Amino acid sequence: MPKLYSGAEIVFKCLEDQGVSNIFGYPGGAVLPIYDELKNFKSIKHILVRHEQGAGHAAEGYARSTGKAGVLLVTSGPGATNAVTALTDAYMDSVPLVCISGQVPTHLIGTDAFQECDTTGITRPCTKHNWLVKDIKDLAGVIHKAFEVATTGRPGPVLVDIPKDIQFQKTIYKKYKKQKKLNGNSHNRFSQENIDQLIQLMSKSSKPIFYTGGGVINSGPKASELLKELVYTTGFPITTTLQGLGSFPADDNQFLGMLGMHGTYEANNAMYDCDLMINIGARFDDRITGKIDEFSPRSKKVHIDIDPSSINKNVKVDLAIVGDVKSVIASTIKTLKKKKTNFVKSNKQKTSKWWEKIQKWRSKRSLDYIGSEETIKPQYAIERLYELTKDKDTYITTEVGQHQMWAAQHYKFNKPNRWMTSGGLGTMGYGLPAAVGVQVAHPNKLVIDIAGEASVLMTMQEMSTAVQYSLPIKIFILNNEYMGMVRQWQELLHDKNYSESYTAALPDFVKLAEAYGCVGIRAKTPEELDDKIIEMLNTDQPVIFDCMVDKQENCYPMIPSGKPHNQMLLGPKDQKENVITRKGKTLV
Amino acid sequence: MANSKSAYSLASKKERFDTHIIVVWVDNEAGVLARVVGLFSGRGYNIESLAVAEVDQKLNISRITIVTTGTPQVIDQIKLQLKKLVPVHKVADFKREDKKVIFKEMALFKLVGNKMKLEKAFKACKKYDAIILDKTNKSNVIQITALRREIDSISNNLKKFGLVSVSRTGAVAMTRGAEVFK
Repeated sequence: MPKLYSGAEIVFKCLEDQGVSNIFGYPGGAVLPIYDELKNFKSIKHILVRHEQGAGHAAEGYARSTGKAGVLLVTSGPGATNAVTALTDAYMDSVPLVCISGQVPTHLIGTDAFQECDTTGITRPCTKHNWLVKDIKDLAGVIHKAFEVATTGRPGPVLVDIPKDIQFQKTIYKKYKKQKKLNGNSHNRFSQENIDQLIQLMSKSSKPIFYTGGGVINSGPKASELLKELVYTTGFPITTTLQGLGSFPADDNQFLGMLGMHGTYEANNAMYDCDLMINIGARFDDRITGKIDEFSPRSKKVHIDIDPSSINKNVKVDLAIVGDVKSVIASTIKTLKKKKTNFVKSNKQKTSKWWEKIQKWRSKRSLDYIGSEETIKPQYAIERLYELTKDKDTYITTEVGQHQMWAAQHYKFNKPNRWMTSGGLGTMGYGLPAAVGVQVAHPNKLVIDIAGEASVLMTMQEMSTAVQYSLPIKIFILNNEYMGMVRQWQELLHDKNYSESYTAALPDFVKLAEAYGCVGIRAKTPEELDDKIIEMLNTDQPVIFDCMVDKQENCYPMIPSGKPHNQMLLGPKDQKENVITRKGKTLV
Repeated sequence: MANSKSAYSLASKKERFDTHIIVVWVDNEAGVLARVVGLFSGRGYNIESLAVAEVDQKLNISRITIVTTGTPQVIDQIKLQLKKLVPVHKVADFKREDKKVIFKEMALFKLVGNKMKLEKAFKACKKYDAIILDKTNKSNVIQITALRREIDSISNNLKKFGLVSVSRTGAVAMTRGAEVFK
């Protein structure tokens, strides 16, 4: 007679077989049998969060910084509904998550039982797939399938809802063997002909651009390596989306910076004027394209993506290549080397005029701002943070708003998986719990959440988690007392009617840090900023850094409402040419 | 939205809409219809009619037939999004004008009236394979199978012959000839 395992045991057996070492969760009535088993599985460490949304974002941070699936465990009813924001966030940004939720016993389902909700119904539109397990014999198969769905193809969140009686029932467990065919290859539907067509277009183009996104990161570190090789081999300029930052070294000359709504002048103009756009693992999001009718009007467009439904969704393309980014780039490089040995030479001449044009756009220095000696400019704060942390292998998470865009513009990422931000859903409160998850995955690395004071208050309670597990995350708050991005839109687009965007009665963040049992640091002037940042970096505990910045600063450049890429709004410096430049002022 | 200054993205001009019949083969499991229908409502696609039933008890396969309208781009998205659902096996798509495909809907009409009216009603239905399913002195229940627009017109027509109740199915579809959609 083979050994029988309870449903709760099977959950952990499955997690063990999937190589899971950390889970994020919060106990409750409907998952108590699972929590009861936790002590018997030493290889799995549970991180107790303070809110299920925090569990979800922490699992996202874990997943994005490791490339593995993040796992969260929540109870029925409010436990599950609290996780919905994080699941939706992961769905929008293609982050592999496995959410295990408890459910009321099967015989109570549908009776409006205590802490009952239609979890699979609620999470159906925000997961790749979900399951309600009604038979113990299905449990192991479902959990393994859940990991498969979450991590293959375009990654995303899944949910397994397990009623409490199923957690008690017993059955046999067969050890799981990972099937080989599950890796990326089964999603490759491109042919050599596609690659040849791509190279044909590349060799004809005189104004090419690579536009790359989070798909490169999701395809694994090897994809970023290959992308570098491809970009160097071709000599083409490259711009990345918010989620693509880090897939190509930001300090490289071929990198034009981020594109889109708050992208650089050179990146957006190059997108508008190019004759060949090669989209690798990005999805023509509305914050990227601006006015869709006037999006890059004269270019041939190539779209490389693992998800067939991403192709022709927002923008019609001339060549679609469906496949794993890594495999597509590898084939392209191989073919390029074999068939077009003199590609680099012939191409340099062809694109030289294009590069001249790009240099002209670059000379606008669209990320410049007017420095100040009295107040800390938020851009300056990020620049200093970058300068003081660039020699460490730093992981950055963010909340959502102006600080997020400034971080994307001024912090330079050279490696993939170092940048965790909520792009698609734009979830305020993402960064702090995400930093918890990143630090759990990388205990000895520097993890900084670049935050805004409004966002960070949404999930501030997770500081308690950081303290409990001695996770020395650094919460670097650019505090302007406003919901800065809301304030900016109100200033520019709603006649300066600052409706409800100012937060009166903010907490004292230094005291708040002390209340949580960690360290609070405040910087008020540009002069003291460096010392304070160094103090933060030297603190081996969680830190809340209250960086008091200019309250009125706006995030530029910006593509205004309903405008195409070539009609950007530049910053105040561009409007007043005679003002002392940033370098002149801030280097005092 | 269109007039607001802070509208970042403005809707572009309307394109031509086509009517398509989408056939989806799915695992017959709990919630599968909700997944398919939820995809349509969540992404703002139309459903004109819907027919669902299990077609293979052994393999547990259901066949869902959806009549929808949309621009060619939207129709493509519908197919691609459907194919991403885990319980979906295959997706077929036919234009309504497609001559190689048979479309049928069924309707039940209840008519109440005198003998003459009932006879006239049955005559009017005759060319749509009309069958009388129930008959009393003053009422008939008639079943017909026809195309959507034919049923629309006949049910309009029947009003003067004492039509009191209509029950209709969604369209089902089948290709002509020996070929089977793979």
